[in-house]
Amino acid sequence: MNQAKLGKTDMLNLFKKMLLVRAFEEKAGELFQQNLIPGFIHLSIGQEASSVGTCSVIRPNDYVASTHRGHGHMIAKGADPKRMFAEILGKSTGYCKGKGGSMHIADFSLGFLGANGVVGGGFPIAVGAGLSIKLRRTDQIAIVFFGDGAANRGTFHEALNMAAIWKLPVIFVCENNQYASTTSISYSLAGGSIAGRACAYGIPGYTANGNDVLEVREIVGRAVLRARSGEGPSIVENKTYRYRGHFEGDPQKYRSPQEIDGFKKEQDPIAVFEIRLKTAKVLTDSAAKKMRKDVAQIIEDAVHYAREAPLPQPEDAMEDLFVNP
Amino acid sequence: MRVMSYREAVIEALREEMTRDGNVFLMGEDVGRMGGVFQATAGLWETFGPSRVFDTPISEVAIVGAALGAALVGLRPVAEIMFVDFTGVAMDQIANQVAKFHFMTGGQAIVPLVIRTQGGVGFGDAAQHSQSLEAWHTHIPGLKVVMPSTPSDAKGLLKTSIRDDNPIIFIEHKLLYQTEGPIPEGDYLVPIGKADIKKEGKDVTIITWSKMVLDSLEAASLLEEEGIHAEVVDLRTLNPLDLDTIIFSVKKTGRAVIVHEACKTGGFGAEIAALIVEKAFDYLDAPIQRIAGIDTPIPYAAPLYRAVIPNPDKIAQAVRGLL
Repeated sequence: MNQAKLGKTDMLNLFKKMLLVRAFEEKAGELFQQNLIPGFIHLSIGQEASSVGTCSVIRPNDYVASTHRGHGHMIAKGADPKRMFAEILGKSTGYCKGKGGSMHIADFSLGFLGANGVVGGGFPIAVGAGLSIKLRRTDQIAIVFFGDGAANRGTFHEALNMAAIWKLPVIFVCENNQYASTTSISYSLAGGSIAGRACAYGIPGYTANGNDVLEVREIVGRAVLRARSGEGPSIVENKTYRYRGHFEGDPQKYRSPQEIDGFKKEQDPIAVFEIRLKTAKVLTDSAAKKMRKDVAQIIEDAVHYAREAPLPQPEDAMEDLFVNP
Repeated sequence: MRVMSYREAVIEALREEMTRDGNVFLMGEDVGRMGGVFQATAGLWETFGPSRVFDTPISEVAIVGAALGAALVGLRPVAEIMFVDFTGVAMDQIANQVAKFHFMTGGQAIVPLVIRTQGGVGFGDAAQHSQSLEAWHTHIPGLKVVMPSTPSDAKGLLKTSIRDDNPIIFIEHKLLYQTEGPIPEGDYLVPIGKADIKKEGKDVTIITWSKMVLDSLEAASLLEEEGIHAEVVDLRTLNPLDLDTIIFSVKKTGRAVIVHEACKTGGFGAEIAALIVEKAFDYLDAPIQRIAGIDTPIPYAAPLYRAVIPNPDKIAQAVRGLL
């Protein structure tokens, strides 16, 4: 989708994708409560404008390196919720045959180079994808999503420097949800701005209202244009907020329920966009209702598929250690 | 047969594989115009140009991680980490990313990546530039660990490693670069996971790898003068391990001495000793001996560093004690 040509259908697709991400995450939270998920999960509820907005301005053959909070990125890149739920439930028909789970879920056929269990682990991988693009002389780009906490990892700086000196087509998309695990950025982030760190590397650092899907599109779109035209990397800092804890089950002693409610009431990315679409007469109440029903059905079908899917066999643990062992 | 140094053999392997496959490229600190601090990539920048042989910033994490990223999307990087000691800097990428991607994605991701590095005691490089850290890497499932001792093996194994679709830690030794040996003509490969009996013997099996193969051969020739016939098994690769060759030899000789430069505690020799006990206990006529580095950092001064690592005399002494 091109920003200039964003038509009614495109707008509605963005909205529907955001609904899908949220419904997926809410359902994942429910399944966790029901003890159906073997490991721990990190949900991105509240951050849908960033994942959906960013992935809406890139092409199917572009690369995305994601994070531990990556379900939204993967859905936005076009992954199948059935196989995602199957993976998260540890089933053999999941994306990684039950070997990865939420933190290592990947779909290489979509250029989705994986969630990552190590904060900041994806930066160098995206730089490598960018390096391959440059060496192969294609016009692809690579996106690396990261949280505010990852901006304090050494990989961030090594990767930024490398991408900048080689002018690689890599976009560093920060989802600044204000908490690194349970630690506020007001405590942990020197300088106060992640986008601001770009100036040290001589590259653009953009800040976007990460709860406004159209603004995310516009800002990331600028970085994409720059990357595709060979001018090099950028940082985009989407300022957003997560409604759930760092992980499901996080007691969240570091913030008040009032703070969370304030964001939900005033800045919810889905509510904000819905009002805008309705005001512009792009979306009606009944169309919104139908869309929510459709999304709920997709999620219900996906969960049904995943719950019915077979568990892996114990001997499967011995496979996939090496190629052609 | 031509005679070539280990260093030249490494360069020739890289040159041949880069010529054969346009997806192979080299990256690392000072590997380009300078040709590497040990000159093990000398001349390749001139031949293949800066788009296939390039210097990186001093960023070991990003070197390994970027090589991984490039491998994941179809290229075949050979990344150099200047000293094996610095793999510690890059260990998150090596242990948590490179080694696990194929497995944790259920086989989707393919990682045809070679990390070339070198280790061992040289001439006073001291504690942060002299270690033998192969046991770190053998302890991570998903990595192959290759440690050739001769120019011929270095060339053949490096070529095989570059063609392998799995991540490989290829550990050279700084004192081996100048050693010379015969190199077969033409395009030959040495299989990964196959040990080589560098000297046959009936009285005792010396199991070793990398530079300690040379020291063990020297010890074996001292022993030969005394009428003791030692067999020297060069493992060449630690993972996968050629256990069959080890066990076959130990069953023949009834005595096993394991020699490595790395410090003894937690060293790979302990693994081999355990495997011999599991597989050939009834064939042993004497306790297994491990001749290894002493558990200290590597000191700077020559009398000190010589004191903490094995040498031919120490190896020969250990063998005599078994007979």
